[in-house]
Amino acid sequence: MTTDSTVERGPVIPTGTAPLGLTPVASTSPLLLGEHSLCPGCGEPVALRILLETLQELGIVQRTIGVVGHGCYGSFVRIMDIDVLQCLHGRAPSCATGIKRMRPDVATFTLQGDGDMVNEGLQEVLHTAARGENVTAILLNNGVFGDTGGQQTATTVVGQRTKTSLEGRDPEIHGNPIPVADLVASLDGVGYVGRGTVGTPGGVLRTKKMIRTAFETQLAGEGFSLVEILTMCPTGWFVTAPQGPDYMASSMEEVYPLGDLRPRTKGTA
Amino acid sequence: MSARGTLTIDPEKCKGCELCIAACPPDVLTMSTELNSVGYRYPVLHDGCTGCTACSVVCPDFVFDVYRFPRSRT
Repeated sequence: MTTDSTVERGPVIPTGTAPLGLTPVASTSPLLLGEHSLCPGCGEPVALRILLETLQELGIVQRTIGVVGHGCYGSFVRIMDIDVLQCLHGRAPSCATGIKRMRPDVATFTLQGDGDMVNEGLQEVLHTAARGENVTAILLNNGVFGDTGGQQTATTVVGQRTKTSLEGRDPEIHGNPIPVADLVASLDGVGYVGRGTVGTPGGVLRTKKMIRTAFETQLAGEGFSLVEILTMCPTGWFVTAPQGPDYMASSMEEVYPLGDLRPRTKGTA
Repeated sequence: MSARGTLTIDPEKCKGCELCIAACPPDVLTMSTELNSVGYRYPVLHDGCTGCTACSVVCPDFVFDVYRFPRSRT
């Protein structure tokens, strides 16, 4: 496509004026109350939008309680029109356990970043999964502590540059990354584990199906469910926003393969 | 290819990440040369939109609303 000024312009209509006679096929979720302040090219808003769309499609918005940890998404949840509890760093699965045990009728999900779930609260998620609690955990994995400036986390892949590993992560110095979704998938009491990406349109749609499966697992009482979503953080990765998906495909998706790590077995037959 | 759909673009929401440019299958989105009030370039639609919603799916700033024309026009 050229930027030549002679190229014919298509019909651009101001937002908010639904064209008469046309079928709307995609628009902003009504559960989003405003604009967010996350960086250009960030993958987290996409992941959170498909989460909200899934809750709406399942018809459980009014009985959902979200439990969020600490991370960039903390500035996003204030524009999400659902009930949200913010807990101590990494402790979201335990708070979600309490909510689910006191109110078994509600749908509970945790929203955590990789720094929150894998660095600060690894034992919380593993114990919650091993107990087989009926909660859904959403892990937004971008390999850096984005909120505090892009430091290395436990899921940073070997060779990846961050603010605290400028020469690239070295296993001799920094150790090896922890694939938490694979750990959780190997535990009894777990109903479903999947790993998706928001780097491509197809990846977003597949990830949305995973989130739906995770919530269906919870609502059917089949145990713990986890969806790990690989999200772009071009600011923390030292790349430009358009390079984010390609960088993620060449680094994180090589180490963290996508797909159902533990398919839902009960209730699907 | 005749247009099967169209979309609305809210330039003021856009942060210029250009993810929609690479995502668009018919390749009918380009970045503007003008800036919005915050100083970012934003996507501009050209003829040939199919209403596939790929741009809307990948957009982190919810800039797009996508519509399809009635089937009789296609």
